[in-house]
Amino acid sequence: MSLITIKNLWKRYGDNVVLENLSLEIKAGEFCTLVGPSGCGKSTFLKMLLGEESPSKGVFLFEGKPFPSEPSVERGIVFQRYSLFSHLSVLENVMLGIELGKSPFLGKLFGAAKKAAREEAVAMLEAVGLGSVLHHYPSELSGGMQQRLSIAQSLVKKPKLLLLDEPFGALDPGIRADMHALILDLWKKNNLTVVMVTHDLHEGFYLGTRLLVFDKVRNDPQAPNAFGAKITYDIPLLREKKEEKNDE
Amino acid sequence: MKRLINQKPNRGNALLLGLLPFIILVIVYVFASHARLQENAEDKLLPSIAQMAQTMDKSALSPSKRSGEIIFWNDTLASLQRLGLGIGISATLGLMIGVPLGLIPLVRAGFSPFIAAFSMVPPIAILPILFIVFGMGEVAKVALIVIGVTPIIVRDLQHRVEEFPKEQLIKAQTLGASSWTLAVRIIIPQMMPRLLDAVRLTLGTAWIFLISSEAIAATEGLGYRIFLVRRYLAMDMILPYVLWITVLAFLADFILKKFTCKLFPWYAKKDSL
Ligand SMILES: Nc1ncnc2c1ncn2[C@@H]1O[C@H](COP(=O)(O)OP(=O)(O)OP(=O)(O)O)[C@@H](O)[C@H]1O
Ligand SMILES: [Mg+2]
Repeated sequence: MSLITIKNLWKRYGDNVVLENLSLEIKAGEFCTLVGPSGCGKSTFLKMLLGEESPSKGVFLFEGKPFPSEPSVERGIVFQRYSLFSHLSVLENVMLGIELGKSPFLGKLFGAAKKAAREEAVAMLEAVGLGSVLHHYPSELSGGMQQRLSIAQSLVKKPKLLLLDEPFGALDPGIRADMHALILDLWKKNNLTVVMVTHDLHEGFYLGTRLLVFDKVRNDPQAPNAFGAKITYDIPLLREKKEEKNDE
Repeated sequence: MKRLINQKPNRGNALLLGLLPFIILVIVYVFASHARLQENAEDKLLPSIAQMAQTMDKSALSPSKRSGEIIFWNDTLASLQRLGLGIGISATLGLMIGVPLGLIPLVRAGFSPFIAAFSMVPPIAILPILFIVFGMGEVAKVALIVIGVTPIIVRDLQHRVEEFPKEQLIKAQTLGASSWTLAVRIIIPQMMPRLLDAVRLTLGTAWIFLISSEAIAATEGLGYRIFLVRRYLAMDMILPYVLWITVLAFLADFILKKFTCKLFPWYAKKDSL
């Protein structure tokens, strides 16, 4: 069964048709990359997967059931920026997810439970290469480290679906390459399903097992909002090719 | 020669420049006072510094004959108690009302218009009501501060919560936060330093309400004393008291600022995030 099933999905804001008649299946374990011109609705699509927005029309299923209409622990998100908790240290930022899950009233653990959460968080932080800055505040980290932290924060909840909205868009090319290696590594080790929006076509081809291109097919110059974007290309990328590239 | 906007003073110069206006003020005062006293030794308007020191020593800083208490410290303690209590209650209420107002749309829809209207009531205008309801004792004075200051803190905090990055709110939800844990683990901890900032900003307003209510009905307090001795045109007592109130206000602000930096080290750094 597909993890995500979408049939004849529409999204509009008032008269502005953003997405029109989208149909798509995403299987567990896929790494979908999403590209398309600015303003064509990539973030909107991701927001619907996240539960922040709901579709205007159409079938929209997560594991065969209607999508939860608010953000939930099954779906992790990494934004381009601003999603770290500035009052918590790096370690606490990752522990938070564990604590919120286990302590519904205080959202905080004590004693042995806290120690266990701490160990789990440290292991996760070491996996993303932040083992040496556990007690820094997020504002003391570089952009790349902040994104590593944001990924670690989400992965500690073991989400079924990881959503990334231009996660590396603000990073230097060199650091971006490191992040590519990291995300591919995490994707393989944790059996993740990933949907990632990117502006960088090269990145889309390199990371994904499947590349989706969003674009407006029809355009009325008199009414630019009358038609929405569709999936114009849905390109499966051979995994063998990726392994090969990884080994390079 | 660099442009004026690019010339920055070093530490020593900055200190000197900062002190300059104070020194000038003192010098101007001393000269003016001297000139007036030369003309008329009985002049009360601009007493000399020595006169002020003498009066303060005699009537405010020595134990009173009746009770053995030192008026100056009594006044200070009484005023600070009222101020502290009023501000403390306002800050607590501000947090308890401002956070739900900013965070929960249903609460906002229900109470925002009411709070907005309530904060338009000029607090001084309801001072008589407070005296009637609470009597002339401490409660009315503290209540005036609370009524005057709380709406300001509430609205400030509400705006801060409303402009809280949406990304963080959503991220927290994907990490399993409920509305409640979101508030106690994310929103309130990040609002604490902002609450202290709001308290610092409203401190001046709180002093106004304190002195007004003390002027009208009290038996001790800094504001009470000033208005009491005004009848005798005792500038030699009023001026030192005003100076002392200013120093207290400055110290309160300074301590709160240091406190914020110490307790919330991440707060000063967060701008780069
Ligand atoms: N909350 C909203 N209310 C009304 N219109 C919206 C809203 N959010 C997005 N839109 C509109 O939806 C369209 C798609 O926006 P979206 O942010 O999804 O684009 P995008 O593909 O992510 O662009 P970019 O590559 O620049 O990030 C835009 O025309 C935008 O104006
Ligand atoms: Mg976008």
